[in-house]
Amino acid sequence: MAEQPGSGLKTPQKGYRLFQKKGIKVFIEGVWHNNPIFGMMLGLCSTLAVTNLMANALVMSLSVTIVVILNSVITSLIRGFIPDRVRMVAYMIIISTLVIAVDRFLKVLLPDISNALGPYVALIITNCIVMGRAEAFAINNSPGLSFMDALGVGSGYTLSLMVIAFFRELIGFGSLFGVRVIPASITPLGLFAIPPGAFFALGTYIFFINLLRNRSKKEKGGSK
Amino acid sequence: MKELFLLLFASIVTSNIALTYFLGMCPFLAISKEIKVATGMGAAVTVVMTFTSLANWLINNLILLPAKLEFLQFLIFIITIAAMVQVLEMFLDRYSPTLYSAFGIFLPLITVNCAILGVSLFMVLRSYSLIETIFYSFGSGLGWTVAIVAIGGLRKGLIFSDPPKNFGAAGITAILAGLMALAFIGFTGVVRG
Repeated sequence: MAEQPGSGLKTPQKGYRLFQKKGIKVFIEGVWHNNPIFGMMLGLCSTLAVTNLMANALVMSLSVTIVVILNSVITSLIRGFIPDRVRMVAYMIIISTLVIAVDRFLKVLLPDISNALGPYVALIITNCIVMGRAEAFAINNSPGLSFMDALGVGSGYTLSLMVIAFFRELIGFGSLFGVRVIPASITPLGLFAIPPGAFFALGTYIFFINLLRNRSKKEKGGSK
Repeated sequence: MKELFLLLFASIVTSNIALTYFLGMCPFLAISKEIKVATGMGAAVTVVMTFTSLANWLINNLILLPAKLEFLQFLIFIITIAAMVQVLEMFLDRYSPTLYSAFGIFLPLITVNCAILGVSLFMVLRSYSLIETIFYSFGSGLGWTVAIVAIGGLRKGLIFSDPPKNFGAAGITAILAGLMALAFIGFTGVVRG
């Protein structure tokens, strides 16, 4: 699971459990099995960098979701016209254009958060999630299904980011969305607000997800 | 000169691009199992990083800024990176087959390595001069190499240890990276002194 981050980019992977049924199924696959963070280990730079505050994480994950959806739908719409050899370049150009649009929106609407996110909005361009979904799914599927898949993956990404950010902000700053919730007498553990804390939070998050997954696997195995 | 040296040191150690800015995380967690592979990837990243940020600096300052086209930065930067990688690949293939076989396979991967684009973006955000850009990008590449080789070494040690199974390969690597990041932050005092 963790060992194949590049594989989604090179060849469309049939074994990704993508082609079972339609709509909802594709969405759920996106949220759980193909979850970018703990399922495919993609797009980790932004996950680690923006999760110190919940507001940042929310804006970042919404931006990524929008870019993934638009990119998947556009790629799917024009998939008949993209020559196979230049498809990477085509993705790159579509994604860059979308990211420029998102970045300019954020600069106008939310200047503070845009400042805090710094280069990480622009780095959505090289975020493997976006390109991965185009290559693994949108290039072979109809716009409707691609939309559901991108929505699922985007929601999965949002979910992961929000969970990590919730704990990092709560422990690191003692607040949620900038509002102090832990009494002032308790000093927050600053470790979780600085970069090393991001790694610890991610590791712990993966640990608990795996725990959940193994447990549900065991239950399924037991009931049979 | 002292500032340049400090910049180089900071980009290698205290504000290490992998451990403090989390750039280039995908290869960092995925291909750090073999020290040899990690070294090859690190070398390729360092070379590409230095050349692309140099090219991007020139393009940004000589073309985009005078023409007021800053909003095209992302698009132009990523195209430059892709083109540079392609050129470098062809150049190596033609003139140094040994080097090409050593890290040629990493070159295509580098186009989507966010560390490369990240360094170009930081260079713009912090408005570095040309000479600062060279020091900064070379230092960042070295720093990334140091980090990935070190974590490759640490992961070798994992063979002999028995972490909780649920961490999986990725989880325990993240924890290791966290410990390493803590150690690197410890160098902060050196720069201030």
